[in-house]
Parts: sequence; structure tokens; C-alpha cells
Amino acid sequence: MAVIRDVMPVFELYQPASVDAALALLEKHGGDAWVLAGGLDSMDWLKDRLRKPRVVVDLSNIAELRGIKEVNGGLEIGAMTTLTEVVRHPVVRERYAILMEAAELVASPQIRNQGTIGGNVSQDTRCWYYRGGWTCYRAGGNICYADTPTAVNREHAIFDADRCVAVNPSDTAPALVALDAQMVIRGPKGERVVPAEDYWIGPGIDITRMNVVQPGELLVAIRIPATMAGAQFYFEKVRDRQVWDFPLVNVAAAIKATGGTIGEARLVVNAVAATPKRLKNVEAFIAGKPRNEDTAKAAGEMAVQGAQTLRHNGYKVPLMRNLVKRAIRGQDTAAPRTT
Amino acid sequence: MDLLRWGRSPWGEWVLTHVSWNLFWASLFAGVLFFVAHASYMLFSAHRKRPAAETDALEAKYKNLPPKIERHNLTARLFHWVMAAAMFTLLFTAFLPVAGIKFPWVQWHWMAGIVLTGAILFHIIHASFFLDFWSIWVGPKDIPEFRAELLREMGHDVPGPRSGKYPLGNRLYHLAQVFTSLSVIATGLFMLKRVRTPLFVRNPYLFADSTWGVTYVVHGLAGVALVGLVIAHVYFAVRPEKWWITKAMIFGWITRRQYLEHHEPSRWRVSSSTGTSGTAKPAGQA
Repeated sequence: MAVIRDVMPVFELYQPASVDAALALLEKHGGDAWVLAGGLDSMDWLKDRLRKPRVVVDLSNIAELRGIKEVNGGLEIGAMTTLTEVVRHPVVRERYAILMEAAELVASPQIRNQGTIGGNVSQDTRCWYYRGGWTCYRAGGNICYADTPTAVNREHAIFDADRCVAVNPSDTAPALVALDAQMVIRGPKGERVVPAEDYWIGPGIDITRMNVVQPGELLVAIRIPATMAGAQFYFEKVRDRQVWDFPLVNVAAAIKATGGTIGEARLVVNAVAATPKRLKNVEAFIAGKPRNEDTAKAAGEMAVQGAQTLRHNGYKVPLMRNLVKRAIRGQDTAAPRTT
Repeated sequence: MDLLRWGRSPWGEWVLTHVSWNLFWASLFAGVLFFVAHASYMLFSAHRKRPAAETDALEAKYKNLPPKIERHNLTARLFHWVMAAAMFTLLFTAFLPVAGIKFPWVQWHWMAGIVLTGAILFHIIHASFFLDFWSIWVGPKDIPEFRAELLREMGHDVPGPRSGKYPLGNRLYHLAQVFTSLSVIATGLFMLKRVRTPLFVRNPYLFADSTWGVTYVVHGLAGVALVGLVIAHVYFAVRPEKWWITKAMIFGWITRRQYLEHHEPSRWRVSSSTGTSGTAKPAGQA
């Protein structure tokens, strides 16, 4: 029977008004429930009938999950805050311009109006074998169709593949890791705060999930400390077309430099592995070095060490090398914006 | 409870993918249940070693035997403990993630699998050419012993035959291990072609999806069976009345009295000559 892809399947829709009510619904319905944020990831799954939840818990009516507030010198962004709201927020633009830049490069204006930051960081991978409904490792099977001799794997991982070679497609994720953000997760057992760096999990740890949010839990907020506020930022995303596309590779850098010498730096690349890849070895290497062409070139070389390419994604190695190089060199940095 | 898990191939066919991990919990439960049931029973059961008077008589008869009798030589003991380490690594890396303890397990798992494969290949050669090969196997000749052991388990004091070098339980356990271990190794070696290792060029299309499904299911079934088998093995190894056997797997020898209490000298012949350590070698062995 043909699947009618443009029509929503039948499910029970709940629109709770508080996080506690949402958690109660998730606890009540367990594995039958699906959490809906902006819906941009969910709708594909639901319309393609690849996920058939009996219950959908829509978070859009929960006021406490929306908005951006200043907390302890940093920011707390509600998980249901739209990407457009993030982009337009004056403090984000002034002190955390890297997040503004990353959020502004997500998809298209319409999608940014609807898409939430919580959804953007928690979205599932875009590997089309997996999204096509084939029973691959990530879908509970025993094969990665993207890592076969004949696979079309141009967008797939060059690092940290463990059976599955899917990548994390988020643009805001590497910016948040660069900003040393913390993810606030609430569940039946209370609230826990996870460093952004540890929020995503690779296939070696759990091949069927992208992040540490357990069934029955919700990502409720993202806290950005003042640690890297006002640092020199760089964000660049390379994609096949200039709008409405996922990254082939993106890079986020937050660098504190004094008189041309690099001090503390946080450098993160995404879409090269199943999790945003923080380049700690590169960060250690560039600390104390002048921010110039030589340092950038050496950092770029170091960044791609250990890359393992597939049949069609070898281009990601020079792409990542050059993006890291450009991030260290710091041309066209993500500068504070006032409009 | 589902026993098997199915997936859809790119051609829309339903193919086997794995065993249901419910079977892991079933095997774990069965192993623990056996342990509790047997331990409870043993509190009340009669001990199965030869009566003291009968053993005394045998000691008088076999007085020329040395006080220590070699049960496992150093090579056999090394094999056993290497295999045990590999087996525990395999089981923990396979099932801790199923139990909710997540960590990067695949590399440890296949490396331990390679060690186990090497150890078992070595064991097959060693046991075939350097040990008493048939002493570990069971066959029709063991029916009288089986009957006598069964009656002793039920509390009867029967005069039937004692075991040869290995008690009947050991031999039955070994038989189960042969089937499960060889199944898990044979399937595991093929599964290595599906993951990235320095050993092979990956080829997930070596078999058709349905054949791979059967391979994964056999691997999974053997794996969950090993959970129960290993629990039983460890349980018997630490039981007080079996400790003399475990100790022999560490130090290599048993005492003359233990030999005469638990074994049939006619079925496990021991040379009366002693080696440099003062330990008698089994007859026919270097």
C-alpha cells in the first residue's frame, strides 16, 4: 500500500501548559508518546509513517520554555525559543555573536520562525538511509547502508564512526559547545544539567540515540555562561546551496586573544561525526601562539588527523582543514551586530 | 515476549536482525534461578564423594601414588584463564550496554573475540595431541555413571562408578560450551566483516540480508546462552565442595586422597612415578 506522505497520521494530540504537565503525559504514555517542539524534524517522521506514535505531546503552549533571560552574567534560553528569536535577541547579538551567526544560517527564514533551539540541537540525523525507513543499525538493525562499497555517503562521517556513519546536522550545536553552554534537562527524577559537550552521544555509546535525553525527559533550557562572552568568534557553514540546507561541514570558534596571541580557545566542528567534534588537541596547540597564517595552517593539518573517509566524502577532509584554518586565522569573524 | 527481532530490507522484505534482548534477561534469570535452587538443594543433599572407609581402603591399595597428582598442566591452566578473561570481556561488553550501562563496547568486544578464537584454536590442538582427548567427552559409556550420579544427587548412597578425570557435570558443561562457543565464534568471525577493524576489508554484502539475519540470531542465541552457562560455571567453581577442582585449575594438582575420593582410578589412570615437583603425571602423558 502506498504511503500518503502529505497527510498527518492519526494520533492523540496533547498541548500541556506546563513542563510538569508535559512530563506527566510522557510518564503516562511512555513509549507511545512523541515530543513535538517546532515540528520540523517530527513532521517528516510522522508523515512518512516511519514513526507512529499514539500520542503527540506538543510543547508549544508551555510559556516557561520560551524566551531568553539574563542569569548570573550569562543567558538562559528556553528550549522552545525560536531560532529567529535567538538571532534577534540583543544580548545574543552583542555578546554571543557566534550563536546568532549559527542560528541565522539554519535553513530558511520560515524554518527559523518555526524551528526552536531545543529542536535544532536535539534533531535526529539526516542520513537518508535511516530517514528512508531502512532497518539500519540506528533503526535497530544490523547494517549501515551508508557504509557499504556502493553507498552514497557524501554527507557522512569522517570521524568517530562506530558501525553507523551518520552525522549530527545541527548548526547551533557547535556554537553552543564553543560557548561552553549547559543543557538543562528535566525528567521524573528532577533536573540535571549537562555540559553541551556531553549532550550528544556517538554510536559507540548508543547507536539508536543522538543525545543524552532519556525517554520521559525534556530539554527545558540552555544556559550560556559568561565564560566566552565577547570573545573573538568565528562561525562558518559550508553547504550545497546557500539557503535551506544542512551543513556539509561547519566550524565554530571562540578565541580569547591578547595582542595577537591566542589565549583560551574553544574550537568545534560539526557534520563530520555523530556528535559536534571539539578539537581539544588543536585548542591546546594554538594556546599561546600568534594568531597568524602559520598557526592556522598547522592547526588545520592537526584537526583532520585520524579522519577516515568513505567512498564519496573524502572532500570533507580538505574542507574541514580549511575551515579550521580560516577559523584560527579569524577572517570575517562573527562580530557583534546591532541590527 | 518476542524472541526474535525483524527489520525491513531495502527490497521491502522482512528479515531477521537480532534475537530479542528479552532473552538476555531470561538467560540471566535462569542462571540465577538455577544458582538459588541448586544452592538450596545442596544444603540438604548428601555429599557425593566416596565414603571415608572406602577411600581409606583405596589409599592402602594405591599407597605408591605420590601425595600430589597433576590435574591440569600449566599450559591447560593458562588456556583456561585466558579463555575466562576473554569470555568475561565478551559478555560484559555485549550485555552491559543492554542492561543500560553505555560505553564504546564494539572494539573491546571484537578484540576479546579474537583472543577467545585464538585460545580455542590452541585448545583444540593442545587437547587433540597433548592431552587425553576423550576424557572430557560424554557418550553411552557414561550412562552407568549418569545413573549413579543422579541417585547420589537424590540422596542415595550407591556404589556405582565414579568419574574419570572430569566429573560428569564438567563433561556435560564442556559439551554445552563446545556448541555455544563454536557457534558464537563462527558467527562472530563473519560479523567482523561488518565492522571496521584492521583485520579485514569491510564487506557488509558478504551474505544476503536474510543470511546475515540468521548469523546475528545464532550469535545472539549463543551469547545469551553463555550468560546462563557462565553463571552456572562460576557458581560451581566457588561452591565449597567443588573448591578442590577450582584450586586444581589454579595450582594444577589435587591430593592423592581427593583423587581417590572423587575419581575412579581405573577411568583416570595415574602413573606412580613422580616428576621433579613430586607431582604424579597422569598415565600416558608427558
